[in-house]
Amino acid sequence: MSEIMFWEAVRRAHDEEMSRDPMVICMGEDIGVAGGTYKATNGLYDKYGPERVIDTPISENGYTGLGIGASYLGVRPIIEIMSVNFAWLAMDQIFNTAAKVHYMSGGQLKAPVVVRSPGGTAHQLGAQHSARMEKVFMGIAGLRVVTPSNPRQAYGLLKSAIRCDDPVFINEHELMYNMKGEVADEEFFMPLVGSEVARSGKDITLFGYNISVHWCLQAADILAKQHGIDAEVVDLYALSPLDREGIKASVSKNHRALIAEEAEPAVGVGAEVMAIINEECFFELDAPPARVSAAHVPIPYNHTLEKAAIPTAQDIVKAALKMFGK
Amino acid sequence: MDSEVKKRLLHEMLFARRFEERCYEAYVERKIGGFLHLYSGEEACAHGVLEAARVNHDYVMTSYRDHIHAIKCGVDPKVVMAELFAKVTGCCKGLGGSMHIFGVDHRFMGGYALVGGPFPLAAGIAKAIKMKGGDEISICFLGDAANNQGTFHESLNMAKVWELPVLYVCENNLYGIGTRIDRSTAVVDQYKRVSGYNIPSTQVDGQDIEVVYEAAQKAIEHVRSGKGPYFLELMTYRYRGHSMSDSNAYRPKEEERMWSKRDPIIILRDRLIEAGEMTLDDYKEMDTEILEQIEDEIIKFAEESPEPPLEMLEKYTLVENDPWVNGGSK
Ligand SMILES: Cc1ncc(C[n+]2csc(CCOP(=O)(O)OP(=O)(O)O)c2C)c(N)n1
Ligand SMILES: [Mg+2]
Repeated sequence: MSEIMFWEAVRRAHDEEMSRDPMVICMGEDIGVAGGTYKATNGLYDKYGPERVIDTPISENGYTGLGIGASYLGVRPIIEIMSVNFAWLAMDQIFNTAAKVHYMSGGQLKAPVVVRSPGGTAHQLGAQHSARMEKVFMGIAGLRVVTPSNPRQAYGLLKSAIRCDDPVFINEHELMYNMKGEVADEEFFMPLVGSEVARSGKDITLFGYNISVHWCLQAADILAKQHGIDAEVVDLYALSPLDREGIKASVSKNHRALIAEEAEPAVGVGAEVMAIINEECFFELDAPPARVSAAHVPIPYNHTLEKAAIPTAQDIVKAALKMFGK
Repeated sequence: MDSEVKKRLLHEMLFARRFEERCYEAYVERKIGGFLHLYSGEEACAHGVLEAARVNHDYVMTSYRDHIHAIKCGVDPKVVMAELFAKVTGCCKGLGGSMHIFGVDHRFMGGYALVGGPFPLAAGIAKAIKMKGGDEISICFLGDAANNQGTFHESLNMAKVWELPVLYVCENNLYGIGTRIDRSTAVVDQYKRVSGYNIPSTQVDGQDIEVVYEAAQKAIEHVRSGKGPYFLELMTYRYRGHSMSDSNAYRPKEEERMWSKRDPIIILRDRLIEAGEMTLDDYKEMDTEILEQIEDEIIKFAEESPEPPLEMLEKYTLVENDPWVNGGSK
């Protein structure tokens, strides 16, 4: 077991898979010579050369499509899109080709690409650099979507995603690359489906994913220490497909559910989890499920306003207490 | 080109024309649904280029106007027609349709409905070829109007920077649906637009298959020998509307008349007749045989095939039983 940073975990997964399989390549803007905006491919250029660690032009739809085309013939591209805000430009190829080609070819072709990209609000990056796009990706059939909340998941999910024959979108977070966490020294793989109980509890389930798992954990601490409420935190690291069984099991046990998401509420993870709760275990509920989401606004530049737009652990605590009539 | 080859090509192009025209009827009879884009008038483009290529070896992709490219690559016309009829015996089991013909066994890598979508995909295939060290090339057919997509420029640039073995074939039929090229495109000669990427290019008559063949040979030789991408522009014309829902009203009658005199099938036929290689009766006989084959084998097969079962609805959404979904354990 070693304590490493998130970016190191991502880098390690790249490195191991690239040394194992010469068909694994990575591509993206500034990932080669420069080592990657968040260092996730640091040193790989020197080790594997420009044919496999490809510095691309600023042509998101172009290089994503190129990676998809190469994947038809057995190349396994890991495509880094510098920021999810730029992934909008690659939506055509991700949705219209990668997500659909296996289906519309009647199973003849597969597009085993991994697209990794950081989203989220960082520090005053403004509206065009603060997108949270997981909700967009998870709504599209034919695509797997995962989102790691710690270095262990970042490593294990990327390892499986590279080997999986489906296209996988990995939603990372700009603020999390320097987060530290324990990662086993031996090679391991994480399932691309399911969820993890990040903290067990018996009074309420707080669902989070990616950065909001950490808000939920903080909120659970406050709830326990100050209010005597024992909250469970479930980490939805797989967003598509969502872990129906895991959601049902936890809600059926705790009878209260709250979803924390960094994105706007509309058509989001919270909405989807609520729908699953309705479908799977409505009569287990002691209170209507709640969600804690961002404000429905483009993210403002102003620091105070930006903070106001994004939920905090305190917001989660408040919403949870309300579900207990407090 | 020797006369046996010419006769075979005449047969193939006439077959293509009759196939497409039969699709037209089947569409009117509502046997074929969705969007249907026919290739009538443009036959010499796909046939000339792919005759110069190594089909079943080189990788080919195109737009939604894709039936004939697939067939020339070796996909059985029966399974193409069955796909158009949305039958389970179709090349994509009825899941693809007219705009999404795939024949991966023949390295026909698909028809795509988003204008400009295949540009980077074909470059990606070329990247994979280069990594694997094979002598295949990637060939991408697209229309003239597709060149106004960003992917055109992004892909040409990447293909040249990385010297990828890809041949872009522009089937310039002068229109993107109802918009004439000079109303949408600042530089009408498409081969000129490529010079900005330092990629060699030519423009030739797309109605004369021998001219297309010769130009394609040079282009393919360039790409296969490792000199990087090439852009070939073929001047052509479609005889039908853009798709079945298009009446063609926007095209001047005089222009249509002019191009109808440049029918690629008639050009080759008359050349063979003039050279004494065949007679008009031979041609008529060929035509009758083709019409019979289409009716008795192809349409019959498509008609009699079953529809896909309802259980297929979700089947190819994701890859089945991939162990890595569970982190490597079944
Ligand atoms: C991204 C996208 N935008 C618009 C369309 C609608 N559309 C379909 S075909 C077409 C014209 C394309 O013309 P061209 O590339 O010249 O090919 P042609 O049909 O003439 O063979 C348009 C605008 C589309 N399918 N995809
Ligand atoms: Mg056109």
